[in-house]
Amino acid sequence: MADDNTIDKTSQESDIPNNHSDARRTFIKQSSLLTALALAPASVVKAAEGKIDEKVADKFENVPVTLEINGVRKKLSIDPRTTTLDLLREQLGLTGTKKGCDYGQCGACTVLMDGERINSCLTFAVMLNGKKITTIEGLATGGELHPMQAAFVKHDGFQCGYCTPGQIMSAVACIREGHANTDDEIREYMSGNICRCGAYPNIVNAIKDVKNSGQKI
Amino acid sequence: MKQFQYMRPTKQKAATDAVAKDPTALFIAGGTNLIDLMKREVMQPEKLVDINMLPLKKIEQRNGSVRIGALVSNSAVAEDRLIVEKFPLLSQALVSGASAQLRNMATVGGNMMQRTRCYYFYDTALPCNKREPGSGCGAIEGINDQHAIFGFSENCIAVNPSDMSVALAALDATVLLSGPKGERRIPFIDFHRLPGDQPEVDTNLMRGELIVAVDVPESPYAQNAHYLKVRERASFAFALVSVAAALDIQNNTIQSARLAMGGVAHKPWRLFDAEKALAGKPVSEESFWQAAEVAMRGAKAFEHNAFKLKLAPNSIVQALKTAAGIA
Ligand SMILES: Cc1cc2nc3c(=O)[nH]c(=O)nc-3n(C[C@H](O)[C@H](O)[C@H](O)COP(=O)(O)OP(=O)(O)OC[C@H]3O[C@@H](n4cnc5c(N)ncnc54)[C@H](O)[C@@H]3O)c2cc1C
Ligand code: FES
Ligand code: FES
Repeated sequence: MADDNTIDKTSQESDIPNNHSDARRTFIKQSSLLTALALAPASVVKAAEGKIDEKVADKFENVPVTLEINGVRKKLSIDPRTTTLDLLREQLGLTGTKKGCDYGQCGACTVLMDGERINSCLTFAVMLNGKKITTIEGLATGGELHPMQAAFVKHDGFQCGYCTPGQIMSAVACIREGHANTDDEIREYMSGNICRCGAYPNIVNAIKDVKNSGQKI
Repeated sequence: MKQFQYMRPTKQKAATDAVAKDPTALFIAGGTNLIDLMKREVMQPEKLVDINMLPLKKIEQRNGSVRIGALVSNSAVAEDRLIVEKFPLLSQALVSGASAQLRNMATVGGNMMQRTRCYYFYDTALPCNKREPGSGCGAIEGINDQHAIFGFSENCIAVNPSDMSVALAALDATVLLSGPKGERRIPFIDFHRLPGDQPEVDTNLMRGELIVAVDVPESPYAQNAHYLKVRERASFAFALVSVAAALDIQNNTIQSARLAMGGVAHKPWRLFDAEKALAGKPVSEESFWQAAEVAMRGAKAFEHNAFKLKLAPNSIVQALKTAAGIA
């Protein structure tokens, strides 16, 4: 009995939250698609309905783009208005990268482009043709946390966790750039990542720990 | 966001022709200012000419100057060995701007062209002569804490937000432009303009002209230079007031000085009269106060930015003291 219960509980624990979050994600995706349609200019909706005004469709056609995302090459056809952030979250299902402000002001959307940290909300995906993007999903190797992820856990580098993927991507770049030598330097070079929960002291500690450990990151 | 056509030419001529021929077209470089403004529908280009394939990404030592390509990123300029050694003022100004992520994307050309951060310009529900000529200036009688104290007009009191441009104005840089009518060079201090009765025009760049590079002449100011930025938080905020100060000091006497201010006018505000007042003076706080007094002549505040009339001279003195090593 006890065993049965345990098994039951485990399967519930792993199933239900997943179902919930999947359903929630699907709902969010569908509703943002509806919003996108609702906001699309009449010409596009018309084209989408099949009565295609070829001139309009031609003029604003999708652009073919090849990107390498977390080591996987992707050939995509993209509306040029799509930001890299929206491409990752809405089209590729990589929801680890967060949208905080959408205007470059918070750093929640930080990813690495050819190894350099950028705000994915202020780049059009079409502009990154041929580039390599690394997101938080691509940081760990073979089920092992990346040292920076482990350090954020160890030092409690978050409360709600919303800013955390951006903080971690930025922190990795901060060390690689050589800008993590003192507390002040870390604070200055991490200032593009806002944490509403104010986990800053622990974030600085996590970065120092990784830096001082001398691990290759 | 309004739809646009996207093109990515590999030849400079194709890029400049595309923008010259189409009044709705714009270049895009890092995208950090333009995409922000497109999302808010403050700017609505119908064609974007992505210039990132053009070979404008080099920093080169030339005879008597250093040439910085228009597409070099703000972080690459700030960390470049030549720049740090010869123009620490420029490096400091760049590092004080935006965030590490944004500086990786932002380019020299885009930084020069970034638009004002005036609230009225950003909010399409409010009047703004810069965004919509003829709609009025909301800031003159409205919220004007961030606004100009020099060089404004009855049509616009916005300020230029760039830190990099303040340093380049002080360092006597020259801008290289290339357009449908060929190439030309203009002094950096003539690149941006005052609002006058055409506040919608920020610069003297002509349609289709591309910023190709900036030349910074070698100067004796590397030893004694400082960029001071005063803002509402310690990092990642635009300047309320900033000062680029550079001195050539021999035997405790100022041979010559270069001074410019940010956050006070529609363009980087070069302080020629204060520079003259400093030449030949001993290095002392008194000399610096005299220069600050000269610099502030003609300043005029609005309802909410009167603090700048005190903050600006204090900042000038502080920047000069730090540059001279007597802070
Ligand atoms: C949150 C935030 C904080 C910021 N803080 C600061 C700060 O503290 N200090 C500061 O100085 N800046 C700050 N910035 C502004 C930032 O420096 C600019 O957005 C950036 O420098 C613009 O460069 P870009 O290459 O991304 O330009 P884009 O966005 O690509 O282009 C901007 C404009 O320049 C034109 N353009 C670009 N390149 C050329 C060229 N070669 N020739 C002709 N025209 C060209 C484009 O057509 C466009 O109109 C901040 C920005 C953000 C989003
Ligand atoms: S979502 Fe990109 S910086 Fe805030
Ligand atoms: S942990 Fe909540 S915003 Fe940073």
